[in-house]
Parts: sequence; structure tokens; C-alpha cells
Amino acid sequence: MKQEPAVGFSDFTFKYFAQSKPTLKNINLTINKGEKILIIGPSGSGKSTLGNCINGLIPHSYKGKIEGSLLVAGKNPSALKISDLSKSIGTVLQDTDGQFVGLSVVEDIVFALENDLVPTPELKRRAAEVAELVGLGSVLKNSPQEVSGGQKQRTSLGGVLVDDVDILLFDEPLANLDPATGKKAMELIDDIHRKSGKTVIIIEHRIEDVLHRDVDRIVLMHEGEIVADMAPHDMIASDLFFRFGIREPLYVTLLKYAGINITPEMNPAYMSSIDIDSHKEEILRWYRAEEIDLPEAKGDETLGVKNLTFAYTSRKILKDINFSIKKGEMLAIVGRNGAGKSTLSKLICGFEKGHSGEILFNGENAGSRSIAERATVVGYVMQNPNHMITEHRIFDEIALGLRLRGIGDEEIAERVEKTMRICGLERFMKWPISALSYGQKKRVTIASILVLEPEILILDEPTAGQDYRHYTEIMEFLKELNRELGITIILITHDMHLMMEYTKRSIVLSEGELIADTDSSDVLTNVDIVEKGSLKETSIYHIARHIGIENPKSLVDRFISHEASLRRDK
Amino acid sequence: MKKLFNYNEADSFVHNLCGVSKLIGFLAMTFTVMLTFDVRVIGVVMVLAVLTFRVSGIKLRDLKVVLYYISFFVTLNFIMTFIFDPGYGVRLYGTEHVLFAITERYTMTEEQLFYQLTKISKYAATIPFGLLFFLTTHPSEFAASMNRIGLHYKVAYTVSLTLRYLPDIYSEYQIISKAQQARGLEMSKKQKLGKRIKEYFKMIFPLIMSSLDRINNISDAMDLRGFAKHNKRTWYHTRKLSRDDIMVIIFTVTIFAGSVAVTIFINHGRFWNPFI
Repeated sequence: MKQEPAVGFSDFTFKYFAQSKPTLKNINLTINKGEKILIIGPSGSGKSTLGNCINGLIPHSYKGKIEGSLLVAGKNPSALKISDLSKSIGTVLQDTDGQFVGLSVVEDIVFALENDLVPTPELKRRAAEVAELVGLGSVLKNSPQEVSGGQKQRTSLGGVLVDDVDILLFDEPLANLDPATGKKAMELIDDIHRKSGKTVIIIEHRIEDVLHRDVDRIVLMHEGEIVADMAPHDMIASDLFFRFGIREPLYVTLLKYAGINITPEMNPAYMSSIDIDSHKEEILRWYRAEEIDLPEAKGDETLGVKNLTFAYTSRKILKDINFSIKKGEMLAIVGRNGAGKSTLSKLICGFEKGHSGEILFNGENAGSRSIAERATVVGYVMQNPNHMITEHRIFDEIALGLRLRGIGDEEIAERVEKTMRICGLERFMKWPISALSYGQKKRVTIASILVLEPEILILDEPTAGQDYRHYTEIMEFLKELNRELGITIILITHDMHLMMEYTKRSIVLSEGELIADTDSSDVLTNVDIVEKGSLKETSIYHIARHIGIENPKSLVDRFISHEASLRRDK
Repeated sequence: MKKLFNYNEADSFVHNLCGVSKLIGFLAMTFTVMLTFDVRVIGVVMVLAVLTFRVSGIKLRDLKVVLYYISFFVTLNFIMTFIFDPGYGVRLYGTEHVLFAITERYTMTEEQLFYQLTKISKYAATIPFGLLFFLTTHPSEFAASMNRIGLHYKVAYTVSLTLRYLPDIYSEYQIISKAQQARGLEMSKKQKLGKRIKEYFKMIFPLIMSSLDRINNISDAMDLRGFAKHNKRTWYHTRKLSRDDIMVIIFTVTIFAGSVAVTIFINHGRFWNPFI
């Protein structure tokens, strides 16, 4: 007898009532029981909507028009209550904070069981079992404010595993995690898949990180349609990623630079499986072919931090931090959540007070300056643009800071228009902000800071949650600001691609201490720093090791230098 | 402001009681004191409050700030009562024993002083029980306790969600406000009050937008895990009533009943009049 699939879409089309065009078009997809599937696609491709159809949020919470059929665990989600559906499918959402509804880890884990009238003693038993499975035994009583992002995600995973569901759906599980935690999350999901035989569906756009462990198939979505549904090796060897604006794994890019033709026979989907040995010579030849050409930062110090120590009550958040940043540098501050990155930037901007040690702007102690005074030297751009925007029109939003400073209307108009030109926003002059995309809003917030003419920009996770196209757009824009206007740019980030591609230098924090201040390529190839900073070695490092390059950093440098020359030629 | 209430975990008779018996006890004591103006009854509750505080092992110096606030407002209340109606005591008790006169209207009588001291003693008797409830009950038990005394679990759970997300929203507000100040928004006392209030509203806009997003996420997460599936739900943080709990409930309800009896049979009203 043919086994019933876990999920089966046939000629499925979905249109939100609020929209004029369908978000999902003519979907045909079968996911078999026990399979592990990766669904990828750029923002707006419909991959999250597809997930919401599977878990029943569509049509139960988000209304729209459905054509064609969908069966989940043999049943039609539209005909069931969402609570009944939750017995067979468990969803771990992207927002690790929002979905944590309990006052403590253990309460969140048993939330579904409480709703199902499971008696209290049984709750305690099941909670202990699941906590063991997802590795949360020691933090059961902790409040959501007391656990890390990774632990929150484990809590959510525990919260669906208590119900013994057959299908696990992960919506962008890597979005809020640092690289090391993301790696562990993929390992945990894989272990659970292997041990339990549950069906696992992962929606992500960070392919290389998901492919840290095996998947059975990759489904590629674009503009509401499934454009490919293939085995991982075939997908990586194809040109689909390039065509649809998805980032391929870095080691694949490296092999392509070295002139190697990627074929499915090389097993290219995983770093652990790809055949490098037979292409060793080609890589080495490419490696030796050109001089590494990476410009050094020159100039005077613009921001200095000396013996900086800061504590909340008795807990030290930052311990004796020292570094110096030169005019025109573009660098990254990295480290896990809670390592002190955001406290450091808050201290620099004056949002937090009461530190010991010195913060120097162009050699002058900034200690006594107010927030607004510091803002003329250092501008801070928050991660979420919606947190910064208070006006309805773009012009007013950008002009806000100037108006508050009492500058005349004429000068304001001139400066705002100039800034809009720099930021490529001039054609949106009269638009309301609500009509802009997320990436465009980000530009508006950057413009609203830039108009104050700061010397330094600090950006908190500028590319978080962005797909490859938006990521490139934002980063190229920042790079331009850095190069053309000479603005010093400090990026607070988890993203190792970003570190490698756009910053020459990285400062690594771990538990309030500065553990490295060196070349980004150094950071990503130094096992010790990688571990302490909760990072992950770049896959290029593994290739270097594999083909016997003594100093893996030099291969990474060669890669960066090659990319830089490609961009220059463009 | 990491946590809203500084619940302090400790091992005492009061801490070990169930949330629900503490809630009943707190309500019973509050109603007792609300009902009566008889200082003898209030005195009994006050003695109980002091004893319970002793047993709980909570140090008064940990509550310094709260106590300052409370004494400030109680003092203010005392003065205002006198300013607005200095003759209330006389009308209430029907006699007049003048203590001293400031002006003709503002004459302090024994009756007025007695009335106002009674009022203060009412605060002094109930506030400690309120503090004790919040300080010795695990926040997780609030919702379960409220549900148990008859409130619908959906309402009770809203309380729990508020406790859960308030610290997050507060820290979000902090960062939004700081980022606006960096753009030149003056929020300190240097700014005129009217303008300041307008600026506050401006900052609330992004906060509301992000809170709406958050609510969306929370309700999705709750839907996906079967919230509101049945008319009831169970609670992880709930305990079987122990012998101590039952004793506390019986004891506090008896005191309340006693206060009702005193009101009806002895005082024939809410006031006890020592002047006749």
C-alpha cells in the first residue's frame, strides 16, 4: 500500500483577501512522512505563506481565497480547528521572543498541554522529559529575560515536542541566532529527525548554515511559485541560485573562482561531502596566481575607547575594553547575544551612563557630553527601522533632527534633498513612509541620521532578516558611504558573510571582554576566537585545511581580494 | 526593571502557602478593613499584619522605597482630609471636643482626629497584606490563583501575559526614546511640559506599531498551541491546598465574618463611637 504523504499540495492557489494578486500560485508539492525538506526563496517569494498554509494559520487566522487542495497528515486544514491541527503539526516561529508566552521556560514548554487539560502532575513529568530532550534541564525556572536566544528557540521546540506531533515546521529558525548557536540548532533538529523519524520542514534563506546537516530535498520558491524541487547536490550544481538571487555556500563560490565546474557528482551540497581532493591542484593554482591586495586603513583616530568598564548593579557587563578606530574605517563588532556589544554602542552614544574609563571622540573625552551632543559625532541606526520612524512623510522624517536643532527651513530643505540624493531616495520625495519596503525604510532611517553629518555611523544588525538581494543592496550602499563620504562605519553583527565581505577588521567580545581585535579573516580562521566569540569558521577555512594551506587566513584573504577586484571591474 | 515585582524566593510559612489561599486571605483582610471603621477590629487585623510580616521573614529595609512612597501618600491624604472637611468627625460622632483651633473653620477636634487616625489605621492594616501577596507569590501563580477563585482563564492569562511582556516593552521604549534623543529630541526638564508631552506621544507611535506586530506574533503562537480550545485549562504552577492553606482560608474568612457580625450586632453600622 502506498503510504499517505505528510503534506500534499495539488494545484493549490492562495490569495489574501487584502491583496489583489495571489501569494501562492499553482503549488504542487508532496512531502513524504519522515522526510526532511528545506524550503528556500527570497523575501516575498511566498515561502512563509506556504508554511502558514501547512500549520493552519491560513485560513484560520489569516483569511483568503483558496483554490485546489491541501492535505496535512491526510486531512484538510480548512476543515479542522487549528487546535486539532496542532496535534499533528508543531510550528517553531521565527520570532523567538514573541512566541515565548510563558513566564518561565517550563511554563512555555507545557503551554499546549495546559490548554489540553493535562493534569498538573503529568505536566511536570512531561516537561522534565522534553527539557532533557532539548537540553534545557538547568534553566527550567528561568524567565524569558534570563535565557539566551538559542535557549528561547529550544523552549519553543520543546513546546511543540510535548505534543508528540508528526510534522515539525521551522520558520526561519536561524534568523535570531548567532552563528555557533545556529549551528547547534541545526544539529539538534537533525538529531530529533533521526531519532524520532518525524517529518521536518525548514523554511530558511541561509542555505549554507542549514546544510551544515543533511536534508532530503530543497524546494526553491520564487514569486509564489515552486521553481525547483530537487536533491541538494543537483540544486547546488545548477545555476538556479544565481538566477533567483539566493546566496550559494561560500566554498562553492571559491571553487567557481578557481575555475572549477561544479557537478552533482562532486556531492557539493555539504562541506562534509564535497569532493575537494580531485580539485586540489586547481585551487592551489588559483591561490598562488595573484598577489593578495587588501588596502590598510590610514588616518587619525576618530573613536578611542580606553579602560572602559561598565556594570549593572554588581554584574560587570564590560571589562576593561580598549580599542582605537581610525577615520574612514569600516569594521565589525561581533560576539554572542549578551557579550556586551549593544551595551558598548549604547555607552558610545551616551544612552547608558556610569562607566569608568574613557570614550574619546577625535581625542577628546566625550564623558560629559549629552546624548544629543554626541549625536553630532556618532549616529546610531537601530536594527528595526520601524523603531525609529515617527513621521508620515519621508522628507519630514529625514528633516526631524535638523528641525529639532532649530535650523532654518532653507538650509533644512537643502540638506535633506542632498541626503536623499546620496541615499537614492529622491524619487520617493513625496511618498508616505508606509508605502516603502523594509529595505527602503532602512535607507530612510540611515538618511535621517546621515543628515546630521556624523563622522561615525553605528549600525545594529543592518542586514538581519534580509535576503541576499536586500543584504547586498544595504551593504553596497554602506560601502559607498564609507568610500565616497569617508564616514567611519561600525557594524554590530552576527553575520559572518558580512564580516568577511565588507569589513577588514573585527572586534570580538565575549562575556564583556575584548578577546580579539584583528583582521576579519583572522577571526574567522582562528579556532580559539571562533569558539569564544560564538562564531563559526568560514567554510573556506576548511578547504584551506583540507588542501594543506598552512595559513588558512591567507586563502580567505585571497578570496576577499578576488571579490574586491571583481567588484572594482564591475 | 527586569521583573515587575521583586518576588523573593524563600522558605517561610507565608511563601509556602498556595497563591490561591494567599489571594483569598488578602481579599478577606481587605474586605474586613474596608467594611468597618471600628479601630478595635482594624487593630486586630493590624496585629495580624505585623505577625505575618514577621513570619514571612521579609526585611522592612528591603521595602524602604515603597514604604517612603506609601507614607508620603498617606500623609498627604491625612492633610487633605483635614483641609477639605475639618468638621466631618463632629458630624459623624455627634459630639465636639475641641483640641486646638487654627482658624474658625480649621478647628481640630478629638472626633476629627479620631476619624482620621482610624482612616490611617485602615491603610496601615491592608497595605502590608497587599505587599506580602505580591512579594511572596510567584508571578506564575497569579493567573492560576485568579482562575481558581472564579475568574475566566482567558482573563487570568491576560494578567500573566502582561507580566511576561511588560519588561520587554519597557526596554524597547527605553531604546526608542534614546534613539530619538540622539536626533535632538529634548526630553529633560529643560523642555516645556506641553512640548514634552507632545514628544512623548511621538515616541509612542513606533512603540504601538511594534507592539501590534508583537501581539500578532503572540496570538499566532498561542493559536498554534491550542489556546482557548476548551472552557477550562490546567496550570503548571498550581498546588493542592495543604492543611496550612485550608487553615489560613478558614481563619481569614472567619475574621471577615467576625467583622460583619461586629458591624451588624454590636455597632449597628460601620462606625464605632467611643464618644457616647
